[in-house]
Amino acid sequence: MAGGTVRRLAWRVATLVDGTPETASARTMTFHVPDWPGHLAGQHVDLRLTAEDGYQAQRSYSLAAPADADRITLTIQRVPDGEVSPYLTDTMKPGDPVEVRGPVGGWFVWRPDSTAPVLLVAGGSGVVPLAAMIRARRAAGSRVPFRLLYSVRTPADRYYSADLAGPLDGVDVTYAYTRAVPDGWPRPPGRIGVADVNTHGWPADLAPECFVCGPTGFVEAVADILVALGHDPRRIKTERFGPTGG
Amino acid sequence: MTHTYVDGNALAGPLADLFAVDLTTAVLRCAGCGRTGPLAGLHVYQKAPGLVARCPGCQAVMVRLARTPTRVHLDLHGTLALAVSLPS
Repeated sequence: MAGGTVRRLAWRVATLVDGTPETASARTMTFHVPDWPGHLAGQHVDLRLTAEDGYQAQRSYSLAAPADADRITLTIQRVPDGEVSPYLTDTMKPGDPVEVRGPVGGWFVWRPDSTAPVLLVAGGSGVVPLAAMIRARRAAGSRVPFRLLYSVRTPADRYYSADLAGPLDGVDVTYAYTRAVPDGWPRPPGRIGVADVNTHGWPADLAPECFVCGPTGFVEAVADILVALGHDPRRIKTERFGPTGG
Repeated sequence: MTHTYVDGNALAGPLADLFAVDLTTAVLRCAGCGRTGPLAGLHVYQKAPGLVARCPGCQAVMVRLARTPTRVHLDLHGTLALAVSLPS
């Protein structure tokens, strides 16, 4: 402590325990992180790779589930030509190390002692922190009613299909496909609109907590819809991930 | 290219290098328009030599954060005030 800055949040070496394909382009990965301090649903970690020449690349990923002792779970979407994600999804093997820092972020979080109804709106891989909230609800035995509206290109692009298929007591899950739908699906493919949010969300009168996560344009559109439907902007929390990623 | 920003949540990790508390929940007042809101609600542009966070109301730059291998540079001159909730 004698002069200089103190490293408040240290990088730790995590080890990949297990990696399972989530879709054709995404992988759910469980890491062992010694002395992991625990986290809240919605928080994320920074992950850092160092090349042999010392070049470092760093990305932020949402935690996908409550911590299981010293184990954390992420779902990584492969970004074509990305610097970091293709290594994680395609190359990294169990036993391989990577540096992580976290948990970070205390705003886009759901706390199990919260009593307000919850609306989750996911665009694509934005479902990851929202699935963490559903899992945290279950782990805590919370009875707070949840609704998830999940916009995704095609049925094959859905994350966590088995988990979200239910039965999920008190969690309603609705899919809104943008490119292709299953046979006999009542809703034609298309982007989420006012009717989707109005039908599958909560009335503003119930003062739900709203969490919206996805690409920036998606989040912008959904947040505008929620405000137009009368939701208090202060109860709409957003997490945008940009077009860069990688 | 209007959607090239992310949320202030993206500053959580980089600011953790400097601060003992989570600043994403801190409430900031914009020096440009006087708007107040959480750091997490700022618009963060990452495609720059550092991180640039702008007011979601008037787009004025409120926070700039850059790091070199040996130093961290934080410019808050676009932020008039910053309030942090203490743990209860």
